Amino acid sequence: MNQESLLRVLLYEGHDSNPLDPELRYEFLGAALDKGYSATRVTTLGEVNDMDEGTLVVLGDFAEKQPNASDYSNETVKVHFHDVGQKTTTEILSDVEQYAGQQDAQERKPWKPWFPVIDYDRCTNCMQCLSFCLFDVYGVDEDKQIQVQNQSNCKTDCPACSRVCPEVAILFPKYRGGPINGDVVSSDDVRQEKMKVDISSLLGGDIYAALRDRSAKAKSRFSKERSEDRALKERQKCLVKLQQNLDIPPEVIASLPSMDQIQAKAEAAQAKANAALDSNS
Amino acid sequence: MSKSTKILYCRCAYSKVVPTDVKKEVLQKLSDSNVSFDAVADLCEMSARKNIPGEMVKDGQPLKIAACYPRAVKWLFEAADCPLPEKDVEVLNMRTESAEDIVGKLLNIESSSEGAQA
Repeated sequence: MNQESLLRVLLYEGHDSNPLDPELRYEFLGAALDKGYSATRVTTLGEVNDMDEGTLVVLGDFAEKQPNASDYSNETVKVHFHDVGQKTTTEILSDVEQYAGQQDAQERKPWKPWFPVIDYDRCTNCMQCLSFCLFDVYGVDEDKQIQVQNQSNCKTDCPACSRVCPEVAILFPKYRGGPINGDVVSSDDVRQEKMKVDISSLLGGDIYAALRDRSAKAKSRFSKERSEDRALKERQKCLVKLQQNLDIPPEVIASLPSMDQIQAKAEAAQAKANAALDSNS
Repeated sequence: MSKSTKILYCRCAYSKVVPTDVKKEVLQKLSDSNVSFDAVADLCEMSARKNIPGEMVKDGQPLKIAACYPRAVKWLFEAADCPLPEKDVEVLNMRTESAEDIVGKLLNIESSSEGAQA
């Protein structure tokens, strides 16, 4: 497990403590979660997860006597008790952040809430995603099984790989629509995806190749006509179509590498996919 | 509710795909109840960082998760090398269900309600 975000806040309302003000409890929980902390509320009813490593900040209105932190800390979990008394949410959150600041390992690396997740119940290991993605998000493990290897390379709001997956096996949990967001996959969804793949096959089996060819043909045609404007329009038309079909954000299209680089990347990805497929067959 | 059932609430803090009023109301009602529960800022983040605590999915311990689509939650846990047990896990979808229904299922207020299995 990574060492990041291992600070957990626990609102203690069990034995030897007074219940917290309901408004403060709700407001604090929401604020702590929105700040990125994990939070736990403990009462005398129900169970919560244990903690096996990190920092645990226990907040409560400790009626008689605040427990001794050293009685509860061990080699892997450092416990702090903090009496919230009459404090406000802002004040409590500020106290918690001081504990967070004490952790060397707590420096949070940025992350993007956008990355693909593979549904291995559906994935057939066809490597289409690996061949398709130009940003090296996918790779294969030692058993030649497709996996997401470079999440942070994924382009925010771009679900294109899931659109080309013939089995609808790639999810983006924060996508707006189903089944890419994890909604149940219907037979219609699968049929539509297969249709896309068939269209892709008709275009030459590779969407980028089709785009390249079309662009090259347009370039050739327009070079004869010497009309840069028309060439530009044709290219834009190609890109708009690709963008619409695969729901690729304009900024991703704008950030695509040059055609030569695309070709090199596509060939490398295809070689990787073929190697994995060969070893699996 | 059964004492052995754990509750996990996901705030989906880094996205607006879960209706704000639903996630706020679910948290409000959980907070106003007398039960213990765990809450995380964003399951996607925990999955991406591979820091979903193994304790969360202890085999044999019933777990109810208020988050998003069951299929997404299942594979987010899997991607974090922390697969959900096949049994006794109920995922409640705050993207599609009402806060009232979700809280009812979390707290077993309506015994006839059944959530989707991951």
